[in-house]
Amino acid sequence: MAGTKESKLTPQELKEKLIEDFPPKMAKKRAKQIVVNKLDETGNPPEILSNARTIPGVITQRGCSYAGCKGVILGPVRDILTITHGPIGCGFYSWLTRRNQTDAGEDGTNFMTYALSTDMQEHDIVFGGEKKLQSAIREAYEIFKPKAIAVCSTCPVGLIGDDVHAVAREMKKELGINVFAFSCEGYKGVSQSAGHHIANNGIFTHVVGTEEKGEPGKFRINMLGEYNIGGDAFELERILEACGITLVSSFSGNATYDQFASAHTADLNTIMCHRSINYVAEMMETKYGIPWMKVNFIGAEATAKSLRKIAQYFEDPELIAKVEEVIAAEMPAVKEALDEARPLTEGKTAMLFVGGSRAHHYQELFSELGMKTVAAGYEFGHRDDYEGRNVIPTIKLDADSRNIEELEVENDPVKYSPRKTPEQIENLKAGGLTLSEYEGMMRDMEQDTLTIDDISQYETERLLTLYKPDIFCAGIKEKYAVQKHGIPLKQLHSYDYGGPYAGFKGAINFYRDIARMTTTPIWGLVTPPWKKANEVAEESAAA
Amino acid sequence: MLLRHTPNEPSEREVLSINPAKTCQPIGAMYASLGIHGCLPQSHGSQGCCAYHRSMLTRHYKEPVMAGTSSFTEGASVFGGQANLVQAINNIFSLYDPEIIAVHTTCLSETIGDDIPAFVHQAEQKGFIPEGKKVIHANTPSFAGSHVTGYANMVKAMVQYLAEPSEEKGEYVNIVSGFIEPADMAEVKRIAGQMGVESILLPDTSGVLNTPQTGTHEMFPAGGVTIEELKKTGGAKKSLALGVTAAAPAADALQAKYSVPSMVLDLPIGIKATDRFVSALAETAGIDVPDIVTYERGQLVDVITDMEQYFYGKRVGLVGDPDQLVALTEFLVTLGMVPAYVVTGTPGKKFEKRIAELTEGLPTKVKAGGDLFLLHQWIKEEPVDLIIGNTYAKYIARDEDIPLIRHGFPIVDRIGHILFPTVGYKGGMRLVEKILDAILDRKDRDSSEESFELVM
Repeated sequence: MAGTKESKLTPQELKEKLIEDFPPKMAKKRAKQIVVNKLDETGNPPEILSNARTIPGVITQRGCSYAGCKGVILGPVRDILTITHGPIGCGFYSWLTRRNQTDAGEDGTNFMTYALSTDMQEHDIVFGGEKKLQSAIREAYEIFKPKAIAVCSTCPVGLIGDDVHAVAREMKKELGINVFAFSCEGYKGVSQSAGHHIANNGIFTHVVGTEEKGEPGKFRINMLGEYNIGGDAFELERILEACGITLVSSFSGNATYDQFASAHTADLNTIMCHRSINYVAEMMETKYGIPWMKVNFIGAEATAKSLRKIAQYFEDPELIAKVEEVIAAEMPAVKEALDEARPLTEGKTAMLFVGGSRAHHYQELFSELGMKTVAAGYEFGHRDDYEGRNVIPTIKLDADSRNIEELEVENDPVKYSPRKTPEQIENLKAGGLTLSEYEGMMRDMEQDTLTIDDISQYETERLLTLYKPDIFCAGIKEKYAVQKHGIPLKQLHSYDYGGPYAGFKGAINFYRDIARMTTTPIWGLVTPPWKKANEVAEESAAA
Repeated sequence: MLLRHTPNEPSEREVLSINPAKTCQPIGAMYASLGIHGCLPQSHGSQGCCAYHRSMLTRHYKEPVMAGTSSFTEGASVFGGQANLVQAINNIFSLYDPEIIAVHTTCLSETIGDDIPAFVHQAEQKGFIPEGKKVIHANTPSFAGSHVTGYANMVKAMVQYLAEPSEEKGEYVNIVSGFIEPADMAEVKRIAGQMGVESILLPDTSGVLNTPQTGTHEMFPAGGVTIEELKKTGGAKKSLALGVTAAAPAADALQAKYSVPSMVLDLPIGIKATDRFVSALAETAGIDVPDIVTYERGQLVDVITDMEQYFYGKRVGLVGDPDQLVALTEFLVTLGMVPAYVVTGTPGKKFEKRIAELTEGLPTKVKAGGDLFLLHQWIKEEPVDLIIGNTYAKYIARDEDIPLIRHGFPIVDRIGHILFPTVGYKGGMRLVEKILDAILDRKDRDSSEESFELVM
């Protein structure tokens, strides 16, 4: 049963307990991926091995590159028609399962309810699938008349050597719309993260910068790495609009093709999920001169802080005042909800094993609830997401990361226009604004907590037994195994079909959901009364 | 409109699949593997396959679904997955200690032609397979058949690997289960038990994917057909295969290898198919059908005669897996309903022929290798009163304002399938209730004030 119980083991002992039964090679590797949070004398967190291969057979949370490309990045875009090139499964599993909400907009386009696949058969594997892909694109165009078509490759496509990019180029010419392909075969890289990278590179190469007319406004930003799970994007759009900040594009929550195409016209890139998209921000800065900053809209305080950062960047007194006004208007409802929830949650413990940024961001919300995060880790994060960007120069390329293309980007001869002069940037930094910076998750965690990268089912089971947290956050695959322990699991991929959790209203939703989950009466009924009586009798007999 | 871009007229298509009514082989193999007691399925391919299958099965059952993956990287894809699988076998036995590992392939490992038995042999030579533990495998290429084929292939692999010859045939029967819910498998066992027929149900996911909340997570719950039982399937009196697509291959393999006679039946959904199942059990065991079974049958017939008027002539659009659709179509015809459209994503001309036979004289359109997009367009051409299909059909149901009864895989937004069977006479009662609820709720909603009925 869940119950707030500090483990009697020291963090180091806990770590050793997790891996004590592993075969030696595995134990050695996992020891580098499980670290006790302790800043050294220079204020740096310990090094953690991450973005490394998952050990076969461990039972991992991780998915694949295709899932990262088709599901995560392209999934929330409503008007790019995506065709999966491969056998039927991958297209089927990525069909509507990530809870990206949208409506059909003013133009009446929404393809998210459709799963399109070339449904490759044995014949295609033997003789090649290019012709079939070509016909599929043609048929899809005839039926849906989209403004753009994307093709996502599954494992066999790369192996049999189908040139999806050549097919895309040919069909682009034939149909007169943008057609582009992604080599996001599931075996690329070591996790979904490779797929994010491949997808973003493709969008950057084929779409960004192709449309000069972006959403007009005075303070124009892009929101990168926000994926509109459970309507998060709607809440953020509401807040930004209230502040008078114009969202030129979102990568890619509730996004459209035209937003991507005009993203280069924005004056600031804000990054939510650093892992999945930081390189797009860097490329846009180099090519178009748009500075970027890390933001976090998970947590009411974090939302307020991020809005203030944006206002500070634009150096406009009216915007600064407006942001304060919006925060002041939103906070009373937040406080009211928190006052109700916090007595129920105060002092409880949480564990978060999810994503490439969520395990960090959601600690804000737990902290607002007075809950301590005792262990956390990413499913597909890299060292910079844990330790901060200052370690990037020391990250070594390995056999897997080497295969993920890094685009070479230069100043665009026509469209490059620095939004701020170097002096302005220096002044902003002197004024306390952090640009092009992310300090990672570990610095924000309490000392002597655990960080665990790519946690396995085995380690999860051990953690739950040794240190009964009051709530565990992960995904659908972990949900019911954790709950069989009598510990509620909050899904932070799908939000358990609730949300939104971003922004001010999202924070309110989260407070209420966590208060409910950690106090719902059903957990008290797991043990039947006759067994409870036995337990009491046994305990007193033992005493 | 959620499916606002679907044209009213059927679209010209030769190659493009839109909104599939099937998925790939490995997920069926994973589900079947979980029906062996103490089994950890192992997905030999990229991580994503395993993650997708576990996710979808978990959404459907709302239960832990444990499985390992060979975690292919680019290197493994080029040089083969031998090292990955050998290492996985070692790690799985070291960490999780299952009785058996059931390996299934994926489109990736099939494309590169990985030789699974050779890899397993190597693991064995390295001492990675503890004494008494088993590793079996099935080839489940995603580019052929469907999830149902994958299920069938894994069940066949179970008997090919584990069944043992027997000089004398026993007094028990093998019941090879089709791709049905754990609750259905439990019901099949209950019926056999009611009839006093000793049986081995394979696979058996009851007690594995519908376990109680006890405050403890068991990696390997109490349910599932045991290895010992699977060994005994070679010495059974007969095998009854419940479903020609999903179950027949295993029964046929037992017949070919160990001369256990194979009798292929439909899934026992509805009166007639259940009658055939019950008769086959009685005949095999040489017993009369007990009164309690006849009594349950009578209850089902009774409720249908009571409410017969509401079924008659109602047009139904069905989408799902072949074995389910055959049995459901027969049942709907029994009820006086019209199976107007019958669509499965699983390919197979025999299926189309069988449905045509069952619906002779009725205006039924049937398609194997079809998809939900096609079903939707048929419905737009001429509507139906009811749709029976998996959760994905709810987008059509909402757009066209037609009631939906969830049946098949996956159901990710309701829980009835987890708890209650649709096979057997009891299952028939549940189906009848669901159909009536759907039709009568609609009638209550749509009737005018003056024609609103208290008694129905």
